[in-house]
Amino acid sequence: MMSECKECQKNPVIILSESQKLCKSHFLKYFEGKVIKTIKKYGLIEKKDRLAVAVSGGKDSIATLHIINQFLKPQKREVIAILVDEGIKGYREKTIKDAQAFCKKEQIPLIITSFKDEFGKTLDQIVKSQSKKKGQEKMNACAYCGVFRRVLLNNAAKELGITKIATGHNLDDEAQSILMNQLKVNWKRSAGLGPISGINVQKTAQRIKPLYFLPEKEVATYAYLMKFGVKFTQCPYSHESFRGDVRDMINGLEEKHPGSKHSIVNSLMNLLPILKEKYKEGKFGYCKICHEPSSKEICNSCQLIERLNLNDKIRTKKELNKSIKKSRLKKTKSRK
Amino acid sequence: MKVYLERENKNLNLRIKEIKVDSLLEQLKINKSTVLVVRNDELVAGSIILKDKDEIRILSVISGG
Repeated sequence: MMSECKECQKNPVIILSESQKLCKSHFLKYFEGKVIKTIKKYGLIEKKDRLAVAVSGGKDSIATLHIINQFLKPQKREVIAILVDEGIKGYREKTIKDAQAFCKKEQIPLIITSFKDEFGKTLDQIVKSQSKKKGQEKMNACAYCGVFRRVLLNNAAKELGITKIATGHNLDDEAQSILMNQLKVNWKRSAGLGPISGINVQKTAQRIKPLYFLPEKEVATYAYLMKFGVKFTQCPYSHESFRGDVRDMINGLEEKHPGSKHSIVNSLMNLLPILKEKYKEGKFGYCKICHEPSSKEICNSCQLIERLNLNDKIRTKKELNKSIKKSRLKKTKSRK
Repeated sequence: MKVYLERENKNLNLRIKEIKVDSLLEQLKINKSTVLVVRNDELVAGSIILKDKDEIRILSVISGG
């Protein structure tokens, strides 16, 4: 078997799932080309959009931020990085440093918002207080982390006039979500997947996923070759999650049957128009407590705030939004 | 051959003269879609032959939640 790049005679750095070998320079060209193709094919970025990237400081979000910044620069458009600090000791501090260093180097404004500032407790503190409660079924950390992260991202986006938030979701993440939804018979949730997702209601920034068709290994390869200086670290709570089990299962399948991840995602792409039609958004109401758009009388975030007894720790979301506006605008200005 | 497993923070000293990257991963029971293999600071694909003097680092690509 020949062991050289399919485009030149150099040593390959990766074998793609279609068995194609690529050297460093041809891989970088292939990777960036695939991201730009996804952006253009699915209309992820339009002229009227003001873009933010939700960054964690990990390889996926930093790769997304880098490519979007390169894409927007020639158009003289700016991208803003938004980082949610959940307060996970021994994990998030390191990735925040990586994100700060990267944004400083690429001169991208970085806004940091935290659970502690906005809900009164870090994720670690919430988890700890949960384990002390008797008679209440313990929820895993990912369940409320995801909801609160979404709220903070939406708040920041609203205050900054962001119309779309790009996330670092890759092909592996999406294949896992699809299978998780299927195992929970939750087709409604799958209807919200795809390269452009999120409820398109007034005031809420849509989510876009430029890395949608790129496997995690390829994103890691890109981050390594580009010398982003990010570490491939795993959240300490991830072992609690259903996602971790599904990830192992899909990686096992991919090893025996290469191309399985692409097949799972492509099968959803075929079904997506039908699912979107079946579950198209009806009339959206507003949460009785925080007055944010919600399909329920009380939104998930307010239900969790109640359940976790965060009520006495936080200000009302209206008060919160006012203070965010002031502090965020200050931070953005100072970084220019 | 010196092999460093980054996630486990473990060093291995293997008595192997030469071996293909994918075969090494198979021998170590590591799923190839979950790691990058670095030889003397250079990323190498699964088809590359490693020699006994090479210093190998195996990096896990799984990150985040």
